[in-house]
Amino acid sequence: MPSLPPGVNRKDFQDAIAQFQAAVGKEWVFTSDEDVDLYRDSYSPFWNEPEDPVPSAALAPDGVEQVQQIVRIANKYKIPLWTVSTGKNLAYGGSAPRLSGSVVLDLKRMNRILEVNDRNHYALVEPGVSYFDLYRYTQEKGLNVFIDAPDPGWGSPMGNTLDRGGGHTPLRDHFSTLCGMEVVLASGDVVRTGMGALPNSRTWQQYKYGFGPYVDGMFTQSNYGIVTKMGVWLYPMPEMRFTGIVSVPKHDDLIPMVDTLSYLMNSNIVLGTTSIASSLRALARDPELIALRSKAGGAGIPELEEYLRGKNLPYWSIELPFYGPTEVVPAQWAFAKRKFSAIPGVQFRDGASNKLPPGPEDLAKVANPVPLGVPSLAIFAALGTNGVGHIDFSPITPMTGEAVFEMLDVFDKVSNEMGIDNVLSVIAGTYYPRSFFFLFTFPIVHDVERNRKTRAAFQRLVQVGAEHGWGEYRTHLAFMDDVANAYSFNNHALLRLHETLKDALDPNGILAPGKSGIWPKHMRKRRV
Amino acid sequence: MTRMCLLIALLVPISGHAFAAESQAEQGREVYQKWCTPCHGTGLGKPGTSALAAHGAKPAVLEQRTDLTPKMIETAVRKGVYFMPRFRKTEISNADLAAIVAYLAHK
Repeated sequence: MPSLPPGVNRKDFQDAIAQFQAAVGKEWVFTSDEDVDLYRDSYSPFWNEPEDPVPSAALAPDGVEQVQQIVRIANKYKIPLWTVSTGKNLAYGGSAPRLSGSVVLDLKRMNRILEVNDRNHYALVEPGVSYFDLYRYTQEKGLNVFIDAPDPGWGSPMGNTLDRGGGHTPLRDHFSTLCGMEVVLASGDVVRTGMGALPNSRTWQQYKYGFGPYVDGMFTQSNYGIVTKMGVWLYPMPEMRFTGIVSVPKHDDLIPMVDTLSYLMNSNIVLGTTSIASSLRALARDPELIALRSKAGGAGIPELEEYLRGKNLPYWSIELPFYGPTEVVPAQWAFAKRKFSAIPGVQFRDGASNKLPPGPEDLAKVANPVPLGVPSLAIFAALGTNGVGHIDFSPITPMTGEAVFEMLDVFDKVSNEMGIDNVLSVIAGTYYPRSFFFLFTFPIVHDVERNRKTRAAFQRLVQVGAEHGWGEYRTHLAFMDDVANAYSFNNHALLRLHETLKDALDPNGILAPGKSGIWPKHMRKRRV
Repeated sequence: MTRMCLLIALLVPISGHAFAAESQAEQGREVYQKWCTPCHGTGLGKPGTSALAAHGAKPAVLEQRTDLTPKMIETAVRKGVYFMPRFRKTEISNADLAAIVAYLAHK
């Protein structure tokens, strides 16, 4: 039998379960060990350890009225609810709660696509709609919209946006596409944000702000409400995607290279996610390079440049994505080349060119169709065949070459100190505007000691990152307290504000205790 | 006439059963295409197929296998395997899972 919610006795829990059953139907209340196990984190860094969070039950409502009933019952019995949309937030906790004993509120059955508009380019969706669902719908209806999916397509536009995820195409910063929400508050009240607060509103998904304070951000990465509908902006189907590859020969060339990239991205000329490729990182196992680095005093930058020159390889390269009309994209690439030409020795090469939307023959030739607006699970191939999952350390850094040098240097030192393998998967990704995103992917394995070592390394990276002014944008359940505590300006003023809001909106602390390090008052001692 | 009636009486339950199995397998094909093909299909970018190939499974495409038992399929879906996570009943119901089993067993 699964555990009880903290502080709730068995009699009250059984009464609550009976009321949940009356609200959503017996079939959609899961209480057996076998069913509840399905909500555990498949990629848990606490595999086979007592800290691995286990829910006490799971509920699967089919509509907002049922969510309201559930919240009222949970308030009556002070039962913590942990909400998931498609429950596929793998590497960040999947469908598992932060707090063991929470009841998972599984919104997968709320999977209606309420509207897709291809005149103003937006969608209104429920939580259980996946990127695959939305893509299928737009294909079946022949709609002129382009979907920006995160790497795995089984996640939901709502869940990914609420966790402020990123994709690969012009609308890759998913929070920036949010336009209007419906939220069930802890009281059971239903709020519509932005223009949705206007009865008979006709622009809920066209104008974000409505009137008065803009509160939508408050419901992202938080535990202040349960979002039951969300508007997301979509991109009009571009005519083509093209990539141009820029390579530079010297270490310090990265500084003007990144400045030029920043100019092109902030001018909306380069319009997608890319990252810096380092030939040295790719050749890390080359015996010649290992010998060069192992000699007394290590390898100096001129020697590394010479080594790469000998192999006819650049020091750095970057693949620039362009999206747009067939007449415009070549002109954008020509302009980008003109700007990068200020770097001596720079070289250019045409990359992939795809007409959009891609046809079946085009899709058969690409390993990962996500940049072409087609959701996929191809990213999992990058994880290799070892391990059972992964977790990601993903700090945000300034978009400068100097910041890249510093990050790589600091990470190498921490890796050596902690005995971590090379887990750097993305150098200076451009998932978000005006900043870089690094991704360190730690494998999760069925080995308690190795997972403990991974957790220690992760926590050390959070700490070292904070010392350098780099914060994480999102994290796994296991590190939410660590990351929240790193945002500590003025004696944790932001976290204290989050807690003030929590106490006001959810006095019984029933909504997702511990999400993003925000605990209800009676559990606050848990904070690290 | 009597022989004909007997023949019909014998055939009807069998054909009814075969029809039901066929129908379940067809439902399984649809569920499989929605939930399994993105990872276990053919072609590029199918990590489940790649992982199975790397672990020596032959053939690596599940729909081409003839040795999958209901237990193997049910365990993979409900417990996960390698980086494949568990699937909840709100995603793949028990009826859907039975249909997947029927579809893969039907191959």
